[in-house]
Amino acid sequence: MTVGLFIPCYVDQFYPGAAIATLQLLEKLGVDVVYPQNQTCCGQPMANSGFEHLTKGCNELFIENFADFDYIVAPSGSCVLHVRDHLHDDKNPEAAKNISHKIYELTSFLTDVLKVKSLDAKFPHKVGMHQSCHGQRGLHISSMTELVAPEFSKPGSLLQMVSDIELVHLGRKDECCGFGGTFCVTEEAVSVKMGKDRVEDHLEHGAEYITGVDMSCLMHMEGILKRQGSKVKVIHIAEILNGIG
Amino acid sequence: MSSREKILAAVKANQPDSTALPDLSVFETTEQGSLQKFAEVLGTIGGKIAYVSGYNEIAGIINSQYGIGVKIVSPLKEFKELITDNLDDLLSIHDLHDVDVAILKAHFGVAENGAVWITENEMAHRVLPFVTQHLAIVIDAATIVSTMHQAYDRISSAIYGFGTFIAGPSKTADIEQSLVIGAHGPRSMTVFVLNANSGTAK
Amino acid sequence: MEQTTKDHAELAQEFNRDEDRVDWHDETLWFIRAKRDKAAHNIPEWETLREAASQIKNNVLSNLHNYLQQFEKNAIANGVEVHWAADAAEHNQIVHRLINEANVVRMVKSKSMLTEECGLNEYLAKNGIEVIDSDLGERIVQLAEEPPSHIVLPCIHKKKEEIGEIFHQHLGIEAGISDPQFLTETARQHLREVFLTRKVALTGVNFAIAETGEFVVCTNEGNADMGAHLAEVHIASMGIEKLLPERKHLGVFLRLLTRSATGQPITTYSSHFKKPREGKKIHIIIVDNGRTVQLGRKDFRNSLKCIRCAACMNTCPVYRRSGGHSYHTAVAGPIGSILAPNLDMEKYVDLPFASTLCGSCSNVCPVKIDIHDQLYKWRQVLVKAGYAPAAKKAGMQAMTWTLSSPGLYHMAGKAGRWVLKHAPFAVNNKLNPWFKQREMPTPPEQSFGEWYKQNGKKK
Repeated sequence: MTVGLFIPCYVDQFYPGAAIATLQLLEKLGVDVVYPQNQTCCGQPMANSGFEHLTKGCNELFIENFADFDYIVAPSGSCVLHVRDHLHDDKNPEAAKNISHKIYELTSFLTDVLKVKSLDAKFPHKVGMHQSCHGQRGLHISSMTELVAPEFSKPGSLLQMVSDIELVHLGRKDECCGFGGTFCVTEEAVSVKMGKDRVEDHLEHGAEYITGVDMSCLMHMEGILKRQGSKVKVIHIAEILNGIG
Repeated sequence: MSSREKILAAVKANQPDSTALPDLSVFETTEQGSLQKFAEVLGTIGGKIAYVSGYNEIAGIINSQYGIGVKIVSPLKEFKELITDNLDDLLSIHDLHDVDVAILKAHFGVAENGAVWITENEMAHRVLPFVTQHLAIVIDAATIVSTMHQAYDRISSAIYGFGTFIAGPSKTADIEQSLVIGAHGPRSMTVFVLNANSGTAK
Repeated sequence: MEQTTKDHAELAQEFNRDEDRVDWHDETLWFIRAKRDKAAHNIPEWETLREAASQIKNNVLSNLHNYLQQFEKNAIANGVEVHWAADAAEHNQIVHRLINEANVVRMVKSKSMLTEECGLNEYLAKNGIEVIDSDLGERIVQLAEEPPSHIVLPCIHKKKEEIGEIFHQHLGIEAGISDPQFLTETARQHLREVFLTRKVALTGVNFAIAETGEFVVCTNEGNADMGAHLAEVHIASMGIEKLLPERKHLGVFLRLLTRSATGQPITTYSSHFKKPREGKKIHIIIVDNGRTVQLGRKDFRNSLKCIRCAACMNTCPVYRRSGGHSYHTAVAGPIGSILAPNLDMEKYVDLPFASTLCGSCSNVCPVKIDIHDQLYKWRQVLVKAGYAPAAKKAGMQAMTWTLSSPGLYHMAGKAGRWVLKHAPFAVNNKLNPWFKQREMPTPPEQSFGEWYKQNGKKK
């Protein structure tokens, strides 16, 4: 099987480490990975701002780049959710539908398709796992505290395979960080307050690193941590699973 | 075109295609209402419970609890000796404003939420269970049902002008989420359970 | 008090000036969310109940034409008078007329968000009718001359010291009292006199049963009953969507409502009104006020399933940190944000954007309204209808243009990283809202695309 690697635009530009780790991790697990170099963005920033009608160009480009792979994998819950729910092309509806069925967020791909049972990775630190909303509630990559249903976590189960890692307990397990796309600047006051509260929860419980499946949440929390002069760092889950000690 | 006609026409034009009602049999249970659970839940909602062998015992408890000088009323003939005022002599419901204790019989209790169901016929006057300072309710242990589904099975198509589920004393948490018992309705509510030790109750 | 020009973002920003207060407001409402969770987890069949409630309400909305007529017929047979109001103004006029017919100028009212929506109190005041709100929280905000901020807990935004001050000013108690027990007792005595003297009482309607013509009013305080059972005339205002088909459906809804709202198993009182007392009157006013329009909106009609429990508000991280008043509408929070634009797109254009689309609201909704999906869809509708600010439109066009072309995208990315590295002051300043309270990300030497070109697999 060949996997098309889909890297969110801001990860490509600002957090290449998460993308490199994703690529290396998949290759380590025996996957044939190709990165279509003409990809840009899934269109989510426009769509979530009410401009879904402007995403035709992004949609067409996405289909052009990714239609022929067996699977498409991305280190992001929200981008994958957007593609799965909103990708469409009137000229090529079948291709769009196909993509929706074969696009995966990274940790889901590892647990559901590759069925990874062990990882060669070590991360001897206290880590807080942030539940990015779109991956959790949209893609259902882990259970949600609101629902009366059995607990599970795909990213959590993978982190358990990493040696010496210590996952910290949190006061509010799945509250939103406040990034929310353009919300982070249009409702700056609330966005930052939400981020500060998330960060505080992790700090209070002794986290040295904050991780998650979405770099957008982490970027937002990192911005707050750096402004506070904190030593706590954010790290995408791909980098932990890939074995960066 | 009257507003009624306008509204109904708009509803007809705009409502979606009909979808079916769900099958509620999935909520049926043969589990009999647990008195223990009822008592537990009643306690958590600020209500009190007393297991009694008969009406005389209830009268005795009320006497000792409230003493003399309180206005006690009840439509139950079993409390003929206990009451201080006869509801039959009432000229206006507003004269109930200073009732201290009202004793009423309820149809049944609901274990999952500690509520009792009582209709107009048992109240003498609709305002009585609300205006009294303290409410005493008598139920038979065998009438406790498990859930609200069973409760409505029990009520079925009974005809009443007014009925209510009462779950404990009145309360509010409107001030900074601090629970205060005794808002506008009764300050306390006691459920007197008859036949608690008979074979049917759990 | 109406905020006419400020939008949610501005009002939320003001709310956030007092961080300690935001924490207090947020923690109080989160505590209620936690109580809701505990109550829900105590019911193993909770999710099945939600599904049943959702399907019952779907059936109601899709057969509303029949249920409304059935309800009316049965209510009339019970001796109740039924009125229909196409809009808020007509509702208010009907209430006014009924009060006049009773030859009084005063009324006691229990909680009804519908009457808030219709602006009833203001209308009646202008017409010389005194209305006293009997729900403790509502009475407090009424004395404070503010609208309620939460549909179940009207004065959740007020601290007990502030309430003590309000009672000192208006109810004659000493200054400096903040004990909730004492304050509640004060309100009890004050309102008892009101209950005993008002001939007209108005209540809301939680559920109206088509099968029997009865309606149910749920309270913890007993204020709706105190008002109604002592009055000569009981007016009950309800939206067209409050219907349930049969009495037995209350079994589902009364299990879900209060657990979702406050975590209690049921409200203290769930009063079923069927017939008026002998010689007295009950009037039901069935109100449209935009609901039939919403019913016709395929993407948004499910919002009419709402049973006004406020679980969505308690769970919403944005609502908890901005407060109900930031939504400048009677029903705030997530549900308010999908109801209000239907009434006035221009006035409420900001509300669907006051969300990160986290989806928590949809999960706690007892009738499974797809709230967060509707928020997304309203955004599309509002922008297409032309309500997006010009600057945003221009910015989005630019973004589209850039992201639709690999070449432009790579160039823009590179340029952005260059600026951040070599001219950070161009971005790290007051004009950049991100920078106000956050550092910008550190620009890497290469983008992933550039790294891959050098190091990645050659095809």
